[in-house]
Formats: sequence, structure tokens, C-alpha cells
Amino acid sequence: MAQAPAAATSGATLGFEPGAALEAQALVRRFGATQALDGLSFTVGRGQLFGLVGADGAGKTTAIRALAGLISLDSGRALVLGRDPAQGRAAVRESLGLMPQQASLYPDLSVGENLRFFARLYCLPRALFHERSSRLLEITRLGPFLDRRADALSGGMYKKLALACALLHRPEVLLLDEPTNGVDPVSRRELWALLHELVHDGMTVLLSTPYMDEAERCHRVGFIHHGRLLLAGEPRALLAGLDDETYEVEGGEREQVDERLANLAEVHAASPAGSTLRIAVARGSGGTVGAALKPLAASLRPVAPNFEDLFLARVRQEAA
Amino acid sequence: MSEPSIEAVHLSRRFGSFLAVDDVSFSVARGEIFGYLGANGAGKSTTIRMLCGLLAPTAGEARVAGFDVKTAPEAVKASIGYMSQKFSLYLDLPVCDNIDFFGGAYGLSGPDFAARADEVLRLCDLENEHDAITGSLPGGVRQRLALGCAILHRPAVLFLDEPTAGVDPVSRRLFWRFIRRLARDGTTIFVTTHYLDEAEYCGRIGLMVDGRLVALDTPSALKRRYVPGRVLSVHGRNLAPAAVSLRSRPGIITVEPFGAGLHLQVAAEDWNADSVAQALASAGAQAVEVESGEPTLEDVFLAVVARPREVHAP
Repeated sequence: MAQAPAAATSGATLGFEPGAALEAQALVRRFGATQALDGLSFTVGRGQLFGLVGADGAGKTTAIRALAGLISLDSGRALVLGRDPAQGRAAVRESLGLMPQQASLYPDLSVGENLRFFARLYCLPRALFHERSSRLLEITRLGPFLDRRADALSGGMYKKLALACALLHRPEVLLLDEPTNGVDPVSRRELWALLHELVHDGMTVLLSTPYMDEAERCHRVGFIHHGRLLLAGEPRALLAGLDDETYEVEGGEREQVDERLANLAEVHAASPAGSTLRIAVARGSGGTVGAALKPLAASLRPVAPNFEDLFLARVRQEAA
Repeated sequence: MSEPSIEAVHLSRRFGSFLAVDDVSFSVARGEIFGYLGANGAGKSTTIRMLCGLLAPTAGEARVAGFDVKTAPEAVKASIGYMSQKFSLYLDLPVCDNIDFFGGAYGLSGPDFAARADEVLRLCDLENEHDAITGSLPGGVRQRLALGCAILHRPAVLFLDEPTAGVDPVSRRLFWRFIRRLARDGTTIFVTTHYLDEAEYCGRIGLMVDGRLVALDTPSALKRRYVPGRVLSVHGRNLAPAAVSLRSRPGIITVEPFGAGLHLQVAAEDWNADSVAQALASAGAQAVEVESGEPTLEDVFLAVVARPREVHAP
């Protein structure tokens, strides 16, 4: 088993990639019968916005907890700015902001009281606290709700307050576990705008999300599946690497079309899209599939592939 | 023409001084998949609770499966199925016991019920999980079981309240395949979701803002109406400063950072891919590439819900 070699305390330590803010090196962690992490590796460069995308139970939360030094690993190691978060904890803490997925605020404290509590936890001087909290209240637009109890906030507002609390000590690296889950689309877009602002100012951000369509919003994205990295890279490059061709079916009666498609080996996936169907077919077989649909008065229109197509294609390859 | 499965007429609900649902009217045909979208607190859940016969309207009326929610709430409850994101299953029981429990709750028993239970297990692809402890199953399988339990009594109308939050895409596709099959066989589906790519599966969509139903149409008609311009996705270097200067130009509707690139919505009469590329290049961006994209329902949602305010970063 690969034990972390002595304390990795500086960027000069062997095995630390210069310029990397976060490194997961073959992380393995089992909980009872569940293999939560099964050799997960990835690197996040400084100043990057990295998305860890995967379904419920894929291992996203365990990975983030390992990077925050909150759980021990069976093997492998996590590094934050070249340091082992489980060893030099205080030093790592100072440079790390964490927004956990579950409720992390005091429900019976107000917005202002929660902010003050976290400021004390980080030993923030009073003047600095006032300066930073007023800026954070401004960008999260929580100013008017200063006296509202945390448990009376909407889902989106609660997430924004949790984010503000994680930002008070100006961390160099920010970890966010499903910051947009259960948040309505308007608040979701506001959160993304805020994250892009932080990254623009030099912060490194790693976030997890179950939403495939959010992959595109990141600089780099890693797809996690059964505790392992399925694929990683720059969103556009990943989409360009998809082997399948993607189409929308126009015309025809959907159920008839669906039945016909189900019998074609070239069709890798079909899913409803509005009143029509979206399909992914083996490269070069668009013509064959189109011809098969002709008797049903249906035709194919090429559409750009999305991350769900990509994810499904990779999962299928994995199963094969 | 048969009677609509769901009909709401000037439906309103007040809590004290707060008008949660404000004069909402719509109808849903038998076998239709109807999506009901809105921000947190827009009135979606209050509407569902009224349609399920759980909450009396303050004004207006609604009929579900032919029964008035005010005067015949029990008949309404017997005609509907309900499934929410927090599926209420007994996790320590095997799959078959959950089916039996929910069957019993609907007053089903005997050989007819046994046959129906088998049919539902087959329909939801759960035949091999019959004896599995529910808590040991992955989220996607549990979700199908929750769906199965909600349709045991053959409801005419099925309410799905954020049914797929956090479920993986493979299971999600399978789930929607079952939903479409149910709809094709005549079950009316009423679904809420924050997952706007999923709303694409709906035949029609209603959009709620502050208790009012402000838009109602097919996904493609909503896009045509509310996102009339071009949607462009931009890649290149040094985009951020160039984007700032672009933002103030006439005909630029939104500019949004998207990964290392930008997403733009522009007026079709003022801009195209070439002119946007030129404008960005002359503002200092390099290696600019502009591709046409397609509007999403999220664009529609933002256009409708957040219309008066700016949503992008300053």
C-alpha cells in the first residue's frame, strides 16, 4: 500500500507538480461494503475552475473530504498546495475554504451572526471582518437579509451564505460540494457568476455537481464514476473527442421511431428531447440510421454533442 | 374531445397576507406530460397540494380526473399518484414488502393485487430486485421502486415533484422511458423540476413567477418567444476584457462567462458570428472562435423570471 512519503510540507517535495493547487493521487477509501474511492487521481492547476461531475454515490463528497483532510485514506494521498491536509492541518486550513453539501450553518443564528461566528473561528480582526463581510454581503445580495435566521432562508440564499462564510478568510483554494444542487436556475446562474469572479481574482476552485450541463461552465472537468476518474480534460476537447455522432429526429411518430431505433445496433442512445428524440449513433452510421427511418417519414438533423452523450458513451464503453 | 385530466380555473391560495398562488388557470389533457417550473418559493408546491386535494383553494377551482378538489378531495386522492424527490420508502424492508405496504395503503389485496404487483415490477424493471433490501439499492433503482409504488393503484394522474434530483443520467433516461410509456397508455403526468434539460421531455411547460403563471407553451415555442436572438458560444484568449467593452454595445442581450469562454445572446438583426468575432478581436481578444448554439430552457427561464434584473457578474 502506498503510504504518503514522510510529511509533504513544501512545494519542493518530490512528486508535487509545480503549479498544482490540488492533487488527488490514487485515492482509495472504503466504507464497509462500499468502495467510495477506487484509485481516484486528478490535478487542479492554480487559478483553475475544476468541476468534479458525477451521479449520487460516485464518490464526489468523499473526494472533497479527503482533499480537505477530514477523512483518512486507505491508500493514496491528497495534496493541497503541496501539503498533506491531514498532517499540517492548521497551515492547510488557512489556505482552504470548504462549503460542505449538508447544512453547515447554525439554523437558529441570523445571517449576520453566522458570518460573525465564522470570522471568530478564523480569528479575523474586527476591522477586516467588517470590510470583508460587507463586500461578501454585497456580492451575494444578502445585505437586506442580515437579520433573517439561516433556517428561514430559501435554498439558494442558504447556499450563498454558506459560500460567504467559506470565503471570509480569503482562502487560496475553495472546495464546494454540490453548491448548486436544489438551487433554482436564477440563483444557480448567480452562483456561477460569483465563482467566475473569484477565479478571475486568482482563486482556485474545485466544485462537485451532479448536473452534466454544468461541466461546460468549468475550465477543466473530471467525470467520476464508481470512485474512479472516467475522463478528464477541457470541456471542448472532451466533446470533440466523442466517437458518436449526435442527431435529433425530425418528423415521424415518436413511439414508432423509438421502437425502430431500439432494434438498430448502430444506435447507442436515444432520449426524448421535447416532442422529438435525440440519438447518439456510431460514427459513420448516420446515413444507415437515416435510411431506416425514412419509411416512418422521419429524418435526422445533426446536433452538437453534449456532456450527457459523452458520459453515457463512456459508461457504455466501460461496461463493454 | 374528452374532459381535461387537470383543469385549474382562477386558482388562488392565500396564507395570511401572502398570496402564494395568484389566479392561475391552465388545463392538461389526458396522457400529456406537463412541466411546472419556477424558482424556489414561486408557488409550485402550493399548486400541487391544491391539485392533490390536500389544501383547499382560497379562490377559484380545480378539477382533477373529473373530481372537484374542493368538494371531492377524497375522490381526487384516490385517482392520483404522488412521488417526490424524497421517496418515502421503507429502507430496511425488501422491495416486495414495500410494494405490499403501499398496495395495502391503497386498499389493494387478493389475486388482482398480486397480478398488478408483478406487472408493476416488470414495468419498472425491478423483477430481479424482488427480495433485495431497499436501502442497499442504488438511487436510480430506488427511484423506480418509488415510481412503482405510486402507480400500483393505476392512478389517472401522476404528480412527480422533483423526481430525479441527483440520479445518474443512465437511470434518468430509463426513468423517463417509463414515464413516457405511462403517458402513452393514458396516464397524465404533472412534473416539477429544477433540472431544465429534463423539462425538455415535457410536451408543454408552465412557468411560475411569484405565484402567477406567466408563460405556458411547448418548449420550442417558449424558446422562439422568449429567446428570440442568436445564442453564440465564444472561445479564445484574453476574452474577459474584450467582453466588458462588448457588453455596452447595442444588440448585445447577455454576456456570460462559460468555462474559459463566453456565452452570448445577441439580437439577430444586429449581430452574427462574424461580427461578434470581429468586435472581440478589435477589443483585444485573440484567436477568437464563435459558434452558433441553440437556446436552452434555462435561457427561457432566465428571460422570464429574471427579466428586470441583470444576472451576469458586474
